[in-house]
Amino acid sequence: MHSFRASWRLYGRTDRVSRQIFGVLAVLLPLLIWSSVSYLPFVWHPQIMITDPGGEEYLEAGMRMNKSDFARAVKEMQDQHQAVPKGVASNPVYLPSPGQVLKAFVNAFTSTASVGAEHSILQAFWHSIRIIFWGFLISSVIGVPLGVFCGAIPALSRLLEPFVDFFRYLPAPAFGALAVAILGIYDAPKIAIIVIGTLFQQVLVIANTTRQLDFSLVEASRTLGAKGFRLLFRVVIPGILPDLYKDQRILLGWAWTYLIVAELIGTSSGITWFITQQARYQHFDNVFAAIALIGVVGLGTDIVLGLLGRKLFTWKRENG
Amino acid sequence: MTDKAEHTLPDYRDLPPDVAERMAQIKKRDYVLKIDHVTKEFVQKRSRVKALDDIEFGVHRRELVCVVGPSGCGKSTLIRILAGLEDPTSGHILMDGKSVHGPGADRGMVFQKYTLFPWLDVCQNVMFGIEMAGVSRLEAQRQALQWLQMIGLEQFAKAYPHQLSGGMQQRVAIARALAASPRVLLMDESFSALDAQTRTKMQNYLMEIWRKIDITIVFITHDLDEAIYLADRILVLKPNPGRVEEVIEVPLSRPRRAEQMTSDEFLATKAHLEELIRSFGVPDENAEDEDVKIDLPLLTLVTDKVE
Ligand SMILES: Nc1ncnc2c1ncn2[C@@H]1O[C@H](COP(=O)(O)OP(=O)(O)O)[C@@H](O)[C@H]1O
Ligand SMILES: [Mg+2]
Repeated sequence: MHSFRASWRLYGRTDRVSRQIFGVLAVLLPLLIWSSVSYLPFVWHPQIMITDPGGEEYLEAGMRMNKSDFARAVKEMQDQHQAVPKGVASNPVYLPSPGQVLKAFVNAFTSTASVGAEHSILQAFWHSIRIIFWGFLISSVIGVPLGVFCGAIPALSRLLEPFVDFFRYLPAPAFGALAVAILGIYDAPKIAIIVIGTLFQQVLVIANTTRQLDFSLVEASRTLGAKGFRLLFRVVIPGILPDLYKDQRILLGWAWTYLIVAELIGTSSGITWFITQQARYQHFDNVFAAIALIGVVGLGTDIVLGLLGRKLFTWKRENG
Repeated sequence: MTDKAEHTLPDYRDLPPDVAERMAQIKKRDYVLKIDHVTKEFVQKRSRVKALDDIEFGVHRRELVCVVGPSGCGKSTLIRILAGLEDPTSGHILMDGKSVHGPGADRGMVFQKYTLFPWLDVCQNVMFGIEMAGVSRLEAQRQALQWLQMIGLEQFAKAYPHQLSGGMQQRVAIARALAASPRVLLMDESFSALDAQTRTKMQNYLMEIWRKIDITIVFITHDLDEAIYLADRILVLKPNPGRVEEVIEVPLSRPRRAEQMTSDEFLATKAHLEELIRSFGVPDENAEDEDVKIDLPLLTLVTDKVE
């Protein structure tokens, strides 16, 4: 309990138990808020969902309307001595309940039938992941070595970095039309957008990380006879590897943000396309299920990568 | 007490016969490292700092030379030039008579900062220099373990640097430098981050190692006791710009023992060095805090005086 309170102080100390409690709360609290908004009618529920239109002609079962409009309809029917419409309080269509979303989510894994006119969530998502994978891989194959060389070799840094910096500020989406014109309408231009969006940042970020290497380690290795490629592979790369790994994790997040643009050019595809389509059909449970899927997979990979990093680079953690 | 006050210290230049003989022997040996009219100027935005001015000095084979001087007199600059980490503005560094440029495995260095590679364990750190010389992994490991045995850290072979104390890290750093089989070992205030006890131990370790292997040592320090205790000769640098003020031959016989630190020869040498450094006008790092006058009002009840 003491440590629980200490966790709220500036730079306070926490113990394992309170950290776990906070971790669980971080998931539970938003869910709790969402559930209460969804299942407790008095919390929000600004609309009425019609269950029985009664005598009112323009109403239909399943329709949602504002409470004031519904009251007016009820009063109108009462005045005309006709059957009054009936309905239950509900939230707007764009806020499905956790239960509905969960059902859509489970459906995504269990049913093979396609949802709406497009692919299933999983198919769409798998397509997105493939785009990200290839985009990030191609970007890294070029960007990581280039970044390391720029960081380690002053001449290269001076030669290349202004050019890279210039390109960094050109918005990747602007290249959409060009990419399609050159690479066709399928996956190639999408991958190209991810590469364009990630690569230039990558070169600069990794060059900077390389420059941060404790220079006294380089000097020490030189007095031990290391130079050239030996110096690069035995000192520079191992020395920056933990930070480089961290950079790559952050850059992978960048790649995801460019996915949105990438999936809307040429023939639309993937999870972004799925979400916009489902939103258009007002299948917000599917929309939320797709968002949850992205979130869970994103968080999951980050946790796995984080744990892996801690395991691989114990020396860095211990050194603070 | 009165005994001591009347007792005058001998001249530090009077070498006891055994020391004089040893000195003569050393001087007969060739120069391993020669500093040939080395000048170093740092050019910053507007100003030029002359850190070293026409330094001329030679280190004989298997000699242990200490360099002392007030801080900022160019000690680090000098040793970095010797290591090849810095280029002299003019002049040369000669190794066995040949001019050298840039760093190389023939001049090992132990820094003041801890510079073990944090991603390698102790054994791999010591192996580094051996492998750089093109020795196979297995052979390098065998040699590295021998070195660890020599510094008494073989049980830490698989430990990582962050798991070692400062003293152990510097011991490993010395082993790592020596394992690359350099001709000269350069040390820049390598023990100054250590506590007093560890430091004394390390000084003894260093001399022990130095006795066992064919190595020439240039050791920089601002600790005069350390310099006198370790050195055959002490190179005193004078600041602004850095120049050789004097080269002192230490009148202490070897092997050195801690008891010698209270001997007349030791005290005489130290008195002379202190006098020299005081004459430079630059306050020495140690003396600096003694000179500070604390002007603090009395913040406590007068009744509980501490002294
Ligand atoms: N890289 C550098 N750039 C500019 N001035 C430097 C540099 N390195 C050292 N100096 C200057 O050279 C002088 C000697 O420094 P240094 O060799 O570090 O002295 P010491 O090690 O004896 O304390 C100082 O005045 C310092 O400011
Ligand atoms: Mg220094």
